[in-house]
Amino acid sequence: MLLEIKGLCKSFHGQQVLKNVDLSVDSGDAAVILGPSGAGKTTLLRCMNFLETADSGEITFGGVTRQLNAMTKKEIRDYRMQTAFVFQNFNLFFNRTALGNVTEGLVVARGVNKKTARQIGMEALRHVGLADHADKYPHQLSGGQQQRVAIARALAAKPKIIFFDEPTSALDPELTGEVLGVMRRLASEGMTMLIVTHEMEFARTVSNRIVFMEDGEVVEAGETRRMFTNPLKERTAAFLNTTQNVRLEEET
Amino acid sequence: MSNVWTLFLESFPKILLPGLTMTIPLTAISFFNALVIAVITAMAVYARVPVLTQIIRAYIWIFRGTPLLVQLFVVFYGLPKVGVLINPFPAAVIVFSLNEGAYCSETVRAALEAVPVGQFEAGYCVGMSYLQVMRRTVLPQAMRTAFPPLSNSLISMVKDTSLAANITVTEMFMVTQRIVARTYEPLVLYIEVGLIYLIFSTALTFVQRWGEKRLSAYLKRG
Ligand SMILES: Nc1ncnc2c1ncn2[C@@H]1O[C@H](COP(=O)(O)OP(=O)(O)O)[C@@H](O)[C@H]1O
Ligand SMILES: [Mg+2]
Repeated sequence: MLLEIKGLCKSFHGQQVLKNVDLSVDSGDAAVILGPSGAGKTTLLRCMNFLETADSGEITFGGVTRQLNAMTKKEIRDYRMQTAFVFQNFNLFFNRTALGNVTEGLVVARGVNKKTARQIGMEALRHVGLADHADKYPHQLSGGQQQRVAIARALAAKPKIIFFDEPTSALDPELTGEVLGVMRRLASEGMTMLIVTHEMEFARTVSNRIVFMEDGEVVEAGETRRMFTNPLKERTAAFLNTTQNVRLEEET
Repeated sequence: MSNVWTLFLESFPKILLPGLTMTIPLTAISFFNALVIAVITAMAVYARVPVLTQIIRAYIWIFRGTPLLVQLFVVFYGLPKVGVLINPFPAAVIVFSLNEGAYCSETVRAALEAVPVGQFEAGYCVGMSYLQVMRRTVLPQAMRTAFPPLSNSLISMVKDTSLAANITVTEMFMVTQRIVARTYEPLVLYIEVGLIYLIFSTALTFVQRWGEKRLSAYLKRG
């Protein structure tokens, strides 16, 4: 296992948002977290990258186990150097170009020299099809392009895993395809990904594992095809079916 | 009429000279100090550093809540009573720096708070520290936001330096008063000194426009 979470609990103002969540991701996994709005998916990802501090639970990463709420600043930074995060609303650095966004972490956090960082950055931008836009600022790019820059920024760090929090939810429908396309390719290249999304078709065809969450709990997790064809829990079946039906209705 | 013209032309360099040697240095030095004070204090309040935040709040409260003229008098005429003697020019620099620093601090703090928290989170996720994100991402964006109000403060300050005449700094206004005392031509001379202030602030307005253009490269749509 590359990454394993055990017994993660998190409350906001006395209200428990995550209840004893267990989750594991293996190298090469494209795991998708599904669940209704408010299920705690974002909070879970944020706890997994320490943007929120979990109340309790432990994390095992690269064979080392730590308490989630007792990591030192340095441990968190080391961990973040090996992981990457793609936000729903991109969060590109507004004052840097596309290339600047990709190289910022390399130069500032890792001390990579500028020339090497530039090469790595251009390589990452090429990977998402945006080498031509290297000198543009975020505001000069479409939402889809901004999200691809954000993915390039994630890739540049050569992370062991990338977390995606609804990467296409802030996009106009006609722009989701280009982002999903890039992610599809990353999955086929073996990049380890943990993805929160509402894109059922993407989940069904790209992921190898599905984690279904509701009300702060993992209801069921398993291999993708089994989850869609033979879910063990009624709630899972209902959710996968209704959302699929909604999608089918939308398409007709 | 020609007398008035002659007086105007003759006094022009006499008034302009202290403008160049006093008003501008006083403004420039004080504003530079004010910016340093503003950025440091605003970052501390933004980060809610305990104790320091309360001290800074008190400082801002006092310097924004009392007249500049009173502050000048306290420092220049008042402090000697407790053995602190400061020459006119440095006294003016101290008061203008602290006064302007208090106003600019609030401007910078508001600009910092306008930067979305996602900028920090993105920085953390690529392994940057709080101070790295602050220095490279958040502060530059905040300074861009703060640039127009800070420019306005600077322009106000050029004019406010005329108050330094009251603590015997021989800046433009004091020199003008002296010439008036000799020539009894208050109308011409006070309009004249006003005109020179106007030239200074207009020049700064142009600098402001130029600066805004340069700083806003990342805001333009293309
Ligand atoms: N910073 C926060 N403060 C208080 N409540 C929060 C915060 N973030 C999330 N929540 C609450 O936690 C619950 C789960 O939210 P979230 O993780 O965003 O769910 P999801 O991403 O699955 O839609 C929601 O009820 C939400 O209101
Ligand atoms: Mg969410």
